[in-house]
Amino acid sequence: MPRRPDVNLAANAALTYRYDGSFEGFLCCVFESYTAHEMPAAIVGPDAPEVSLFDVKEITTDVEHADRVARSIPLRISPAADDLLRHAFLTCLPEKEMVMLRFLRQGYRYGARFLSFAGNEEVWRLTEAVKKMLHEAHLLKGFIRFSDQQGVLVTTIGPKNFVLPFLAHHFATRFPEEHILIYDENHHAALVYRPYESAVIPMDDFRAAPPDEEERKFRALWRSFYDTIELKPRRNEKCRMTLMPKRYWSYMTEFAKDEPPAMIKAGNDR
Amino acid sequence: MDTMEKLRILSDAAKYDVACTSSGAQKSARRGGIGSAEISGICHSFAGDGRCISLLKVLQTNVCVYDCAYCVNRRSNDVRRVSFTSRELAALTIAFYRRNYIEGLFLSSGVAGTADTATETMIETLRILREEYRFSGYIHAKAIPGADAALVRRLGLLADRLSVNIELPSGESLSRLAPDKTKAAILAPMSLIRGGIDENRRDLVHFSHAPRFAPAGQSTQMIVGATGETDRHILTLTSALYTRYQLKRVFYSAYVPVNAVHALPPVGTPPPLWREHRLYQADWLLRFYGFSSDELFHGTEGRLHPYLDPKCHWALRHKEMFPLEVNLAPYELLLRVPGVGVKSAWRIVKARRAAALTWDALAKIGVVTKRARHFLVAKGKRFFDAPAGNEELLLDLMSPRERALYREETAPVRQLSLFGEETPTLSPAERKELACLAAPM
Repeated sequence: MPRRPDVNLAANAALTYRYDGSFEGFLCCVFESYTAHEMPAAIVGPDAPEVSLFDVKEITTDVEHADRVARSIPLRISPAADDLLRHAFLTCLPEKEMVMLRFLRQGYRYGARFLSFAGNEEVWRLTEAVKKMLHEAHLLKGFIRFSDQQGVLVTTIGPKNFVLPFLAHHFATRFPEEHILIYDENHHAALVYRPYESAVIPMDDFRAAPPDEEERKFRALWRSFYDTIELKPRRNEKCRMTLMPKRYWSYMTEFAKDEPPAMIKAGNDR
Repeated sequence: MDTMEKLRILSDAAKYDVACTSSGAQKSARRGGIGSAEISGICHSFAGDGRCISLLKVLQTNVCVYDCAYCVNRRSNDVRRVSFTSRELAALTIAFYRRNYIEGLFLSSGVAGTADTATETMIETLRILREEYRFSGYIHAKAIPGADAALVRRLGLLADRLSVNIELPSGESLSRLAPDKTKAAILAPMSLIRGGIDENRRDLVHFSHAPRFAPAGQSTQMIVGATGETDRHILTLTSALYTRYQLKRVFYSAYVPVNAVHALPPVGTPPPLWREHRLYQADWLLRFYGFSSDELFHGTEGRLHPYLDPKCHWALRHKEMFPLEVNLAPYELLLRVPGVGVKSAWRIVKARRAAALTWDALAKIGVVTKRARHFLVAKGKRFFDAPAGNEELLLDLMSPRERALYREETAPVRQLSLFGEETPTLSPAERKELACLAAPM
């Protein structure tokens, strides 16, 4: 029973929805799918390349429609399903919009118990994607390395998922008196914090200033600690790589070298 | 001497302590302060040996009056002796913490004068952090055997976790290799800390603002492979420590020889990582899976099997209990199935309320079907191609590395060892048992 892919409709292979990339926009795609009584084969964002062969239906974001769908999810499925969907939207899951649409179609049919269908493809894929995203956020809580730039703590990250919203609370409760900037170069956004407010804002580019004397001193101290703490007879390269994947290394102080002051171009420790 | 040199020497001297967890406390910074802690702990980096780096692990000083045979800092070793001042170490901790290098401080110390003076210096460091910097991040402090009860109490009010290292798992080994320490001197601060935690728990019922005493509990460490204790001996001690002293964690540290001492393995002997790994597996079974240490060793020679993890080995010795119907079996029995962990057992119990589980659903839940298929049926059905022979079953239960060891062991011609480091070898009885388990039905 829980494995039935779509409840009512087969996908129309020639139909594509294009929306503005916002969560509200996605909700309007759901609205359209129900009112037009159709199932698209793909839902693409505004930057997707043109595929002229197929019909592309432009979905304009209508606040009222979005609101209707938004209210229905906790009501007709469950608040947990609402959370899952909102989180899933921030993940890097391929074709997440289609998975979410299929999820909703089944959810409306089965109600609150739908989330407990352990074998259901859509429940599983969304849950896994969210799990991975939260894991990435958890790792970054540890792997982020700040540089003190005239009293402001700045850093650049390159996560796969849009994790900034999940870092805000952590750093705000950890460093309440600091000024913080975390720049996500993959999603071109930044988390900015000053006592006692934070915001995630779009940001095209960010370059940290070269480190000053004191900053270089602490970086060197940290690298020395990092190299010393290893038990050489227990060296285990594979274990380190599993627990701390290489894609994080290029952002971390312990693997960076500070160039002599004159040669510094720009960049945050890289 | 500059900070760089001190940090290098004092972290080098502290690195043999394996515990680096920052778990067990949940706190946020106070206004005007800095630092928080998460219940699960946070790893900030991983060293080249794959161990988590969470805390700034250093000694206050490596000057020590003791002469423990297994320790790099012992009195008779010719190494450079340095000390951090309390203020210097507190400032360094904060500078690292602000840059998010670390989750907090792990402070231990050599015993420069008496146990009391060493503890006092550590207390001063923690006091500066807590009171002057208003630091609420994680602090793990070592209680030094022989220190005054009032000082241990003060240390516990400043730290999140306290630990006393047992180091050698028997009184006999202790008196031989750590002549300045006795079993009693180690256990005394442990019960003191347990008492402090208990008392604090009662106070908190009455006064919610009572200062917290070591809120993340206490832990200890045992060195494995320096002396002759069996796994059974170690795990029996472990389970007594969990129940009697209510420890949060017992850590096992494969011994890395650092001193040329007649009674110890020579320098250059590879650390028994294999054995350490098995002990951790068994430790998990004791804490989360409802196993007792007796069960794990019933019918064995008192050591954990080198080729089979302790849970699989137990299941193979209790084939009469399987297969279990996954939709009916109680949680406690699901936990005993190889390939089912704490999380997946919990998910099974939750998911089967909504719909009866199939093998497909089990795989999505996170059950390792390769292992579990030998021990479970779903809706009365076996996994579609459960293999026929006992040897296949045995190989399914092994990790790739264990399989390689087994193949090497059973090869008709002895080959050159695949593993440069220590390779676990089987006793005659274990070899016989393994052959028995692999025999066709």
